[in-house]
Parts: sequence; C-alpha cells; structure tokens
Amino acid sequence: MAASKLPTGLVAFVKKDCPTCLLIEPVLHELAGTQSLTIYSQDDPQFPAGLPVASDLMLDVSYREKIEIVPTLLQVTEAGVAKRLEGWHAGEWRELTGIDNLGADLPEWRPGCGSLSVDPNREPELRARHGASGLQSRRIDFAEAEDEFEAMMSRGISDGLPVVPPTESRVLAMLSGTQRDPQSVVAEIPPDLAPCTVEKVAINAVMAGCLPEYLPVVLAAVEAVCTDAFNMHGVLATTMPVGPVLVVNGEIARRIGMNAGKNVFGQGNRANLTIGRAVQLVVRNVGGGRPGEIDRATFGNPGKLSLCFAELEEESPFGTLAESLGVSDGRDAVTAFCGEAPRSIVDQLARDPDSLIASYAACIRSMHHPKLVLGFDAMLAIGPEHGRVFREAGWDRSRLLSELEQALLVPGTELVRGAGGMAEGFPIPPEKAAEMTLPKLRPGGLHLVYCGGGAGLFAAVIGGWLSGPAGSVPVVKEIEP
Amino acid sequence: MSKQRTILDPTNERVPTQRRRAPALTELAGRTIGLLDISKARGNIFLDRLQEQLENEGAAVQRYSKPTFAKPAPVDLRHEIAVQCDAVVEALAD
Repeated sequence: MAASKLPTGLVAFVKKDCPTCLLIEPVLHELAGTQSLTIYSQDDPQFPAGLPVASDLMLDVSYREKIEIVPTLLQVTEAGVAKRLEGWHAGEWRELTGIDNLGADLPEWRPGCGSLSVDPNREPELRARHGASGLQSRRIDFAEAEDEFEAMMSRGISDGLPVVPPTESRVLAMLSGTQRDPQSVVAEIPPDLAPCTVEKVAINAVMAGCLPEYLPVVLAAVEAVCTDAFNMHGVLATTMPVGPVLVVNGEIARRIGMNAGKNVFGQGNRANLTIGRAVQLVVRNVGGGRPGEIDRATFGNPGKLSLCFAELEEESPFGTLAESLGVSDGRDAVTAFCGEAPRSIVDQLARDPDSLIASYAACIRSMHHPKLVLGFDAMLAIGPEHGRVFREAGWDRSRLLSELEQALLVPGTELVRGAGGMAEGFPIPPEKAAEMTLPKLRPGGLHLVYCGGGAGLFAAVIGGWLSGPAGSVPVVKEIEP
Repeated sequence: MSKQRTILDPTNERVPTQRRRAPALTELAGRTIGLLDISKARGNIFLDRLQEQLENEGAAVQRYSKPTFAKPAPVDLRHEIAVQCDAVVEALAD
C-alpha cells in the first residue's frame, strides 16, 4: 500500500457527478494557484475545467488509496498520507491549506458523495484487479482464440444451456448477497460427497444467471437437497423422471421478484429459473452428478433444469407449505420436494369442494400408475379459481387433506396384479384383495401448494418419487442472510 | 481494457485417485463370496440361484443387504463386506 506513489503536496479526489465537488470547484482553482495540487477525477478528466487533472477513470488510484468519499483532500508527504479530509468542511480545509479565507463564498459544510471506487457495481471488479478477492478456487484461463461460452460448454460444466462466465468480479458481486463466510462449508454434495463452500455455490450461481440477492435462497436449497432425508444421491441415481422441486416461502420471495402467479411453473422469471438451475449446477459441478453417469434417469424431465417457484401466500386459504412443515412466523424458507414434471388437472364444472376433491383424487390416483399405491408422495398445486371454492366453503388445509385422503382409498380388487388386464399392480394376495382397501399415498404424503394465475379452473399435480425414509422426504430449510 | 479471460473453477477440484483393482480370483473353492442384495424386488431370487451355484463350486457365501436400494450402502456395511469376503456380487433385480 504505497502512499508514496502519490505525488507530495495536496491531492484531491473528485467526480463531476458529485454536487459537493461541483461546489468546491472554485476552491480547487484557488488552491492550484498557490499550492502543489494534484487532482484525480473519477468520472470526467475534463473536470474541474481549466485545471490539470489526472484521470482515474479506472479507479485504481482511488481504490488503492481507500477513497470512500468525494471530495477527499489528502496531504501527502514523503512519509505518506499525513492528513485526510472528506467532504467540504471550510474550517478543516483552511487549517490544512493555511489559507484563512479559502472558499469564503461557500457554505461552512457540505457532506461529500460516495467514491465510485466503493460503488457496489464497481468495487468487485477493482478488488479482483488488485488481487484482493480472497477467492480460493482454481483459475481457468481461456486461450486467446477460444470463445468463452463455447469453452465452458466443452469443459463439461454446463447443464446444456449457455452459462455466465464466473469471473472473479462476478463471483465477488454474487458473494455480496450473503453475510456468510465465502470459505464456510455449506454441505457435502452427492454423489462425490465433496465439501462445498459458499464460494463454490456463488460460482455456480453466477453461471446459472442468479442475482446476488438470490444467493441466500440457493444456499438454503443446496443445504436442503444435501440432507440424508432428501437423498440427492438417490434422486440422481434413480431411473425415474424426478429432480428437486423447490418452493420458496416468506417475504424474500416477493423481495427478489419470484413468480407465484401466471405461468408459475413456466418460463419468463429470472429468480424462478436461475435458483433451481444454480442448485442443479452445484450438484453437477461440485457433486459430480452428471446425466448419463450417476444420473441414470430413463426419461428425466425439463424441470431438472430448474423447477422452483413461490406461493400466493397473502391470499392462500391454506397457509404455506413451509408452515405446514414446521416453519413458524412466515420466516423465509425453501422446501425441496423430489418430484417429476407438473401435470394439469382440469375441472371447470365443480362448484363445491366435494366435487373438486373427487376430481383431484381421480387424477392423483393415476400418478405413476393407477394400480400402484403407497410408494410415492405427491404435491398438489391449487390455483386461485379452485382455491375460491374451498375458501367459500370454509375449508382449510387440514380439512382438504383429510377429505382427499379418504377419497384416495382404493379397493384392493382394483390394485391386485392382473386386475383390469394389467400385470402391474400392488403385491397383495388375490384372495385377500376383496377385503383390503389401501391409500394411494402414505400418511402425510400429500403436499399442498397454492399458486398459479387468476384465470383457469385448474390444479396441477407433481408426482413424487419413492417416498418416506427409504427414499426421499421433503426437507425445509430456513433462509439465512 | 481487454475483456476478462479467466474464470473460477466451479468444480470440486478433486483429482481422482487411481487405485488398482484387487486381482481376480482364480478359483472359487475355499473362498468367501459376499452377495449383496440391494433390496430391489426379487433380488433375493436371483441371489439364491447364484448362491447355489457358488456353493456347488466350493465357495462359502455370505449374504448382505442394503437397508434401501434408493440410498448408497452404509459405510459400515461396505467395510464389513471388505473384511469378510474375497469378492462380492452386488445384485439388482425388478
């Protein structure tokens, strides 16, 4: 940190975009006539007009000298910076310069503006350029003739779509989204069980296209999928078409602009699409979970790129998913559910809850196979138009779930192998089929979310995977700043 | 200024360790063979047949099973197999 790199005498840092700098322009003219003065201008080398100005458009000098406010006036000696004044304070400036009536026409005091070198949009780039990023990850240099987007594709670190190059400055900017130490370990990522730092998550979040304010959600989601209960290794390795389905609850969903409404599972919302994508890139790049390798899915589903959404919490008749899983006080939380692609349920005629429940049951029963029961959880998404029917009837979440549970009891005669001309079926002895009735879902295996556009008498069901402790159970994590 | 041409490595940066495979068994007689049932449906039927054939060749057979096919075998189970057996067959079925 060589203050001696500055010329001796008075050194001023200014920017034209600062009203206080404009105010003191005559003062700088006055000083230039009497003292050794060097002026560094951050945004316009022509400012102040008529004076010799050193350009600091790249802000390297401002960054090096830790300038936080403009104007800053330094007194520099051979030994370094002897005195530092920030903003305009007539008394201090006069004392430092020895000119009693300096700026006599100006007000006594004006605060300065922020230096461009501490602008959040500029500072990460400066920190990176000055070797002060503190980032530990290996650097990968591209050859001169390489296209960086093609290079990242060919290095196998993409999910098949272009990724944003995770430069030092972008990763530093991403890390500004969390208070967590970049080197703290978030989780061990399956299948390689590699310890993953906040920095590695941030790198993959940059690649996914996240904004820094999404990072706390990504971190919590990574924690959620890397639990034994969620079982990311199994979710990858299964031949079934499932992946993490992420539901974000709490005020943060609104703050970062997540979509809970029209086209909620679809394209068009940056937060929805990039948060889930970041989690999957962490699993791929840090965990080593790549399709065709550990990921053995027969079909997969497009939601494995990202299936992440919020709920219409304020108008929900059912509370939130996070609350139903034990998160209190509307705290920010993300829930990971292992699921396949959403499937539409159309019922445009029902005007009473019983009729809707019967429709839901008929559709949920067909999940994976109408004759397979107890193996899979399901997530039911109800939209505003169906929601209104339940609200007007005074049904809450527990009423809806218990009624649906009853409606999802299936006679054994319909499940037994061979029934309906289908070899597939639940393994019950044929002679006992007549006296058995089995639930489609395990107790607690139906998870309700409230989301979707305001028009359309529809719901949707997201089929799960092998349910319970032997497979995957939904995991909720509170989102920490 | 030229555009930045350096990125940070998004992977775990591990270098895989190369380990030699244990030498293949030249005969089965007197050897202990582990049969690991991963708990998929009908895996036991397949392994029962395998056990018969291995025992006919003079091998001793130890049976093991994973708690669930949907999760990796617990570390303790893997260790147990490694110290008790000369070779292991891991079976899938459906």
